[in-house]
Amino acid sequence: MTLPAAAIDEWYPVAMAPDRPLRPDQETTLLGERVRVLLDGQEPRVEANDGRNLPVIVRHGHVWTSLGAPKHDLFAIPEGEQPGRRLVECGAIRVRCSPLRAVENFLDIAHFPFVHTDILGSEPHTEVNRYEVRIREEVDEVWATKVTFYQPQAAKSAQGGITTEYMYRVPHPTCSVLYKTCPPRPGEWDIITLFVQPLEEDLCQVWPWMALFDDQTPQADLIQFQQMIFLQDRSILENQIPRLLPLDPGMEMPTRADLTSVAYRRWLKKRGYHYGAQLVAA
Amino acid sequence: MRPTLYDYVLSPSCYKARLMAALVGSELESVAVDFHPGGDHRKPEFLMLNPAGTLPVLTHGGLILTETTAMLVYLVRLAGRCEWLGGEDPASAARVQQWLAFSARLTASLGLARLHDMLGRPADIDAARWAGTLCLRELESALVENRLLGEDFLAGNAPTVADVACFPYVMLAPDGGVSLDPYPAIRAWTRRIRALPGFVEMPGIHRLHDLRPEPGEAEAAA
Repeated sequence: MTLPAAAIDEWYPVAMAPDRPLRPDQETTLLGERVRVLLDGQEPRVEANDGRNLPVIVRHGHVWTSLGAPKHDLFAIPEGEQPGRRLVECGAIRVRCSPLRAVENFLDIAHFPFVHTDILGSEPHTEVNRYEVRIREEVDEVWATKVTFYQPQAAKSAQGGITTEYMYRVPHPTCSVLYKTCPPRPGEWDIITLFVQPLEEDLCQVWPWMALFDDQTPQADLIQFQQMIFLQDRSILENQIPRLLPLDPGMEMPTRADLTSVAYRRWLKKRGYHYGAQLVAA
Repeated sequence: MRPTLYDYVLSPSCYKARLMAALVGSELESVAVDFHPGGDHRKPEFLMLNPAGTLPVLTHGGLILTETTAMLVYLVRLAGRCEWLGGEDPASAARVQQWLAFSARLTASLGLARLHDMLGRPADIDAARWAGTLCLRELESALVENRLLGEDFLAGNAPTVADVACFPYVMLAPDGGVSLDPYPAIRAWTRRIRALPGFVEMPGIHRLHDLRPEPGEAEAAA
């Protein structure tokens, strides 16, 4: 298939940043093409299948590249630069699903009590309260604000149940940034992101990354908490039908709780981002 | 003092120890080891504890266990719940050992396919899935035969360490691209295990939904 320009001229994560005591993966896939991640000293270099050097940005704990020539910079997360934050790279988890479905699932809160039982949600506290969603035209991003939910264990650092406040931001078709109540430091937001590397239209690699205020919890516990949450979603993502994300409403009946998802799909359609999507109504 | 489990939340083998402890009503201290992406189980400090570089490891006082089946036996005896070791007649005792050894084949096949599909580890994925499929067929046949004898579990009519050793990699087979749809006896067995008092889940293994009873269940019990 011919890839849409919106997908080619975009930045994607392909490895953890080389300041981790780990070599980046030698070979990986991006939009169906093999690419190689190499290290020139401490500088990562990414090579396409035909040997040409691809553009590289090292940011947010990861190495980002593009098969095309993006005219825009990779999005920033200014709050992540605040001093005192713990930066946590969680490695890649591969999922047999559309990259867009992985992002959409990240934006959904209604599944918390059923999939992340007694952690991010619990029965009978299943109601999704009213929240606000807007496509911010000036920055071309989707934002969901004033999201609140009762959570038995909102974070590794949380002691007991709290009502958590969330803001979701979609600055990139396959990436989302979540700002969330920070249990040990009220008034600040914890930052939890989902960076998705599209391998194929229905296969992706997810690189969760966090910037937290937490001086107590060992790094391995923080990583495993996030991996545990994401793996609870994985089997569900792999069984969603249709496999590609439908961008046109058809048989599906969204409810108020799905406002973020509706805005995300509309935004993808407006940008012409169809990789991992289906345009026939489902 | 409680036993200490060097633990990785996504490891089905680590989950065996957590599940066993929960089923016999014991508690473990857990130490998280950064298996992925950190690879801490291959670092010198960890190799001093377990030269094989595998997870889990269970320590208690001066005892260091690195084999999961040994941990299951230890946790059961420590709790004085010896019914989990199965019957004492020669055939029952041997059946438990048979399935404990079989569980290693599940790890090497279904477990490998899962590591490949989930964490991108190198593997001959077709060979791993096919070996896993053969294990599942063998398990399905055995469970059907047990049911004909009126037995609900692998080594008789009560759950044993053998069920705990085999359950996790079987239940997580779909994570490695192997469906459980063709195996009704296996699916019924996994429901029986998930219904045991004290059962705990791990990511990918969901608890039975307690708000949705089986049809007629409440009425029949009344």
